[in-house]
Amino acid sequence: MNSDRRPPTADARSQITDNRQRVAGICVALLAIALAACASAQTSALPKFDTGVDPESWATIPAGEFLFGQQSERVKVDYAFEMMVTDVTNAQYARYLNRALADAKVKIVNRQIVGAYPGDAFTGYRHEKKIEAGDKLHLVVGAPDLRIVYDGASFHAKPEYANHPAVAITWFGAKAYCEYFGWRLPSEIEWEKAARGTDGRAYPWGDAIAKNQANSYNSLDPFERGIGAQGDTTPVGFYNGKTYAGYATRDAQSAYGLYDMAGNVWQWTGEVYKGTHYRYLRGGSKQNYEYNLRVWTRNSAEPDYYAASVGFRCARGK
Amino acid sequence: MQGLLERYNFLFRSTRGLVLVALALIALVTAIWGMLSGPMADLGLRDLVVRLTGMVLEPAEREGRIILLYHAIALAIVAIEVYLISARVPMRAPERAHINATITVGYLAAMIGGLGFGYFGHNWILHGIFIAGQSLVFFAGILFAAALNPWRAEYRAPNPAYASWRGIDLERAAFFTMAVATLGSALFGAIPGSFFGNGFTVFLAEDTIREVGKTPFQLAVIGHLHIMLTLVAIALALLVGRWFDFKGRLHKIAMPLMIAGTITISLGAWFVVPFREIAHTIIYVGSVGVLLAALFLVIFGFDKLIRENLAARQIAQANLAQKFRALIEDPVKFGALWQMVYMNFVVTFIGIFMALQLSRVMRVWPHREERITLTGHWHILASIIATIIILYYADLIGLQGRVRKWFGWLIVIPSNIAFGAAALFSTKRLYVTESAQQPLVDAIMLTLDAALATVLIALAALMVWRLIDLFKRNGKWAQEAREEVAE
Repeated sequence: MNSDRRPPTADARSQITDNRQRVAGICVALLAIALAACASAQTSALPKFDTGVDPESWATIPAGEFLFGQQSERVKVDYAFEMMVTDVTNAQYARYLNRALADAKVKIVNRQIVGAYPGDAFTGYRHEKKIEAGDKLHLVVGAPDLRIVYDGASFHAKPEYANHPAVAITWFGAKAYCEYFGWRLPSEIEWEKAARGTDGRAYPWGDAIAKNQANSYNSLDPFERGIGAQGDTTPVGFYNGKTYAGYATRDAQSAYGLYDMAGNVWQWTGEVYKGTHYRYLRGGSKQNYEYNLRVWTRNSAEPDYYAASVGFRCARGK
Repeated sequence: MQGLLERYNFLFRSTRGLVLVALALIALVTAIWGMLSGPMADLGLRDLVVRLTGMVLEPAEREGRIILLYHAIALAIVAIEVYLISARVPMRAPERAHINATITVGYLAAMIGGLGFGYFGHNWILHGIFIAGQSLVFFAGILFAAALNPWRAEYRAPNPAYASWRGIDLERAAFFTMAVATLGSALFGAIPGSFFGNGFTVFLAEDTIREVGKTPFQLAVIGHLHIMLTLVAIALALLVGRWFDFKGRLHKIAMPLMIAGTITISLGAWFVVPFREIAHTIIYVGSVGVLLAALFLVIFGFDKLIRENLAARQIAQANLAQKFRALIEDPVKFGALWQMVYMNFVVTFIGIFMALQLSRVMRVWPHREERITLTGHWHILASIIATIIILYYADLIGLQGRVRKWFGWLIVIPSNIAFGAAALFSTKRLYVTESAQQPLVDAIMLTLDAALATVLIALAALMVWRLIDLFKRNGKWAQEAREEVAE
């Protein structure tokens, strides 16, 4: 077999150059298409759904024993209390900000909403950080994950996110919200009882989880389309058995009628534990696989942490 | 009947057969249980596996199941190491036979009983078999340590090319130290472990990392899992040293370091309970000894590979390119050493960085992010150990020529890509925010899954080939059995 080792002619060289240019052109075009696809994925219009669940509503959690934690220990909550049926929404938080600013409960400093905090007792335990008294971060105005915008005079929720949980709020910001209205962040025990009821179930609705029951990683909800498996937040109360644009959800209410106690966003709880500066979160989020959505799963973060997967709801009564 | 007996003798009485059985079982467990999480679960394969096998996956028992799964695989790995060490390190034949028989029954019982109990309803007989199996493995460990006793007269006054001290073979002493430390560390986990809910209440260490006021028993369990994986790695490093016939000046420096390092790391892990404040410092000091010893082994091994391959090609004065080519000529041997080097990039250096930057990096992340880093860290280490064992086995069964090269590179290159991707994934919060991570996560996961799949397919191909071979009257198995008898 002979191989032609002669140098290419001018025509052939021109042909090679043309081919190379064509290949390069195709590559550039493909790259442009890919980039355009990415860009459109990021900016694709968010679907808007009315879930019919009222974020102003509260559920009553009766006093009594329940099974707490993964090992289902019997724990008694000897008082009835109420808890928000849904997470606090962006619309609610924006309204609060306007009122709290007017009342001078919070202030804007260097594009940050801050508010006074009395500080934590410090024990010097391993890795413990001092949380001293002073103004603490509630949120960063203009933070990419914040769904609330400031027009220089007032705050308002981005319309497409109005009924989604308020995210990118620190523990200080969540606590301040609840306390502004005379409420509080729930304790971990209160949160778990509200989520779990008394029968020791693993998820708010029972012991098994389906993809269309909670907003978790790769749960294939409409808010993952064009974004990817971590998706976006879903409107509060989204998983209520309704069908949205062809996407059928299962009713994921807890035994006491609360929504989104598994998935969507982690929820700040209120305790300040001795020996640690961390605050604890419950419920799992859109970022997590299903096992993180079990009712006893804990997460923790520093109190000034904020992210697109962290929200909260309040409790009242004791 | 005679044929069955011969195959039984090969599979359960020869080193190559015993390793093959354990590797095949681990591969099988990995193939089935790997479907229960990650991308395979997303593809719906978990539901299929659960339906087909009748698994019962109670959400509250997930951590317990995982611990049973870890133990099932870890005990098989320990058994493989024992088989290989008992074949390489001189010991009396009856002792070797007793050790191998005991540990084989032990790990099989632990694997079958543990997985049966954890994943297929709670049959208490299976739980008893699991406990009995672990006890047998422990008992085999005692026999193993006794057989490795470096003070025995017949093993004293070793060849002067190897490290020795007052007539004691220091390499043997290093194996012995590792065996004794492993026994102590097994108890260190087993006794406190049985305290939690009479052995039925479990926790994963990564879930308790931020817990204030951990109990001594919790600390012991956390120490146990860390030191056991470390000792498995130390055993493998020693074994690779034997494989390469590590000797000479570097051997004489490495073995004392390995012994001192093993003792120091083990004490450090045990001291987590009474002296938590200084335990990590002790562990770091011990790690330096062990890592240096491994470094000397790698230097020796690389040099040996270059010299031998150049000599085989009759090149007296080699340039750099020729030396490099000689180094990577045999991916099976090169790969085993390279994985030890690569481990530093994807495990050790990241671990040191994270430890030094703890208060500025991991501890400012949410716990779930820190957890990903922690679990990624040790999954990578465990997988690197597995790949080295696979490469060792490939050499043990005498893979030759093009098959050897393809198999070696198919293990080394994709696994390096996978470990690199896993390291990137586990440290992603250093360079990407949660909201912006999706494209990076997608790219990493695709790379990682494709690379891991390649490694597993290569392993599966090897296992299928060996399985088919067993049906041949005079297959490779028969040849290996004959060789072993001759040896």
